[in-house]
Amino acid sequence: MYETLRWTLNDSLTIAGRTYSRLKAQPAEIAGFLVFPVIMTVLFGYVFGSAITLPSGGDYRDYLMPGIFMQVMAMTATSAATTVAEDMARGITDRFRAQPIARSAVLVGRSVAALSLHLLSLSAMVLTGLLLAGWRAHGSLGATAGAFGLLALFGFAMIWMGTYIGLWVKSGGQADAATFGWLMPMTFLANTFVPTEGLPAWLKPITDWNPMSAVVAATRGLFGNPTSVSSAWPLQHPVAASLIWSVAILAVFLPLSVHRYRTMSR
Amino acid sequence: MIHAEGLRKRYAATEALKGIDLDVPAGTVCGLLGPNGAGKTTAVRILATLLRPDAGHAEVAGLDVVRDAAALRFRIGLAGQHAAVDELLTGRRNLELFGRLYHLSRAEARRRAVALLERFELAEAGQRPVKEYSGGMRRRLDLAASLIVSPPVLFMDEPTTGLDPRSRMQLWDLLLDLVKEGTTLLLTTQYLDEADRLADQIVVLREGVVAAAGSPAELKRQVGGDRVQVVFREPGDVDAGLRLLRGAGSPEIESAEGRQVTVPAADGAQSLVRIAGALDAAGIPVEDLALRRPTLDEVFLHLTA
Repeated sequence: MYETLRWTLNDSLTIAGRTYSRLKAQPAEIAGFLVFPVIMTVLFGYVFGSAITLPSGGDYRDYLMPGIFMQVMAMTATSAATTVAEDMARGITDRFRAQPIARSAVLVGRSVAALSLHLLSLSAMVLTGLLLAGWRAHGSLGATAGAFGLLALFGFAMIWMGTYIGLWVKSGGQADAATFGWLMPMTFLANTFVPTEGLPAWLKPITDWNPMSAVVAATRGLFGNPTSVSSAWPLQHPVAASLIWSVAILAVFLPLSVHRYRTMSR
Repeated sequence: MIHAEGLRKRYAATEALKGIDLDVPAGTVCGLLGPNGAGKTTAVRILATLLRPDAGHAEVAGLDVVRDAAALRFRIGLAGQHAAVDELLTGRRNLELFGRLYHLSRAEARRRAVALLERFELAEAGQRPVKEYSGGMRRRLDLAASLIVSPPVLFMDEPTTGLDPRSRMQLWDLLLDLVKEGTTLLLTTQYLDEADRLADQIVVLREGVVAAAGSPAELKRQVGGDRVQVVFREPGDVDAGLRLLRGAGSPEIESAEGRQVTVPAADGAQSLVRIAGALDAAGIPVEDLALRRPTLDEVFLHLTA
């Protein structure tokens, strides 16, 4: 038992190391990773932001940044799905599976490495917010740490959802289409970028119950940034709702992915 | 070294394997031959612990492929249809990565990577990312990656598909060296010359069953012996030629189409010499005269038609 655990950890670290080695070979990738959030900040913070006033008062750019932080974490699903699918298409997954590797190590190692990379991207985002958009966290140190913790947990959950999708598609392109295509619009069908008070009644429940709204509302609250007001339960209790959503996504997709990885055949 | 009995595997709608038996003695090469969809890859994937059979059982290196899968993975190497290496990493980093996953220490993994790169003539290329490699180099790296723990049994699924002739021959030599050192090799191939060149034993699969098995020579004998093929220069000479061939010890004519006549060569090359002499003495001009040995292609077409 101890041996198994030790090798699972060891193999996970080796797999994580591979992710970092790959990154060194893709300077353009890193640049994209860091530049995309900056573009979003400028685009929304200054271009659209100049036309948006918050019904509840407060500075729009303070309102915006937590939304962009969440978006960075949500999109982890796409890169997770793409990497997993590409490894399968290239036969690398078969090689791993024919090696004496702890069965969950490949996925665990990759998801942890992916999370650490996205946290790096999030730091770039935070820096952009601080320097470019004048964003500040007004809450206590504990609350601020809690907000980043929620973002990390949500990102980790989304990585596992992406992993599961990646295990079912046949190429990196398909993985991209099967995640980005609906995730990107989903990040907009929430309180991410615009105040939701003025939305039509039929759309409101969708944005209220979108897990992304809960995460954004929770982090806004913890950072002490302005937020949208809603009477829906998840937005009345955003921290609890974010935790429930993230844990639920993890509880579904982590075991499903490991099971799929163990039993899949072509 | 590889022993399988009654292997069956069904995917949703198709039965890929309908009960195949295999026996590969240690230190020999078995070639799995068959058209696409015959079940070659499925068989290899079961033996390499990637798939579970629905029925039947198999042992590799004395270990059960299902029950002892974890232990078996230390004793097999697998090179699949793709060069399963990471494009973005250097050749050496790839081998180190796979070495670490075989639980070698960092230093051991490095040492093994360097030695394998050396052996497969990739020492210089080892510092470059794999995406800059040629097809042949990728295959060699892929082979190296499956040899990290010097496995006694090696599985290769279509190892030379898509390679240029020189790279193919280079890979063949590397494989024959491994076999000489004692490795047992099971390979699938669509190339009959590859099976002819490498395999001690050939198993022809068709629609999930073993259609034939034996050494290349045995299989060739199944489709008949040597033949002499004559192409007469003048269409008018064919009748006289046929009479002459019958007289020269070839009483039966296997086929006669246009100016081309094929007869069995009962005495091999001696038959050719006799026929050549008789034709020359009679002054019948020929465009082509050749001794033809049966090829595996004929065996293959015969068995899988």
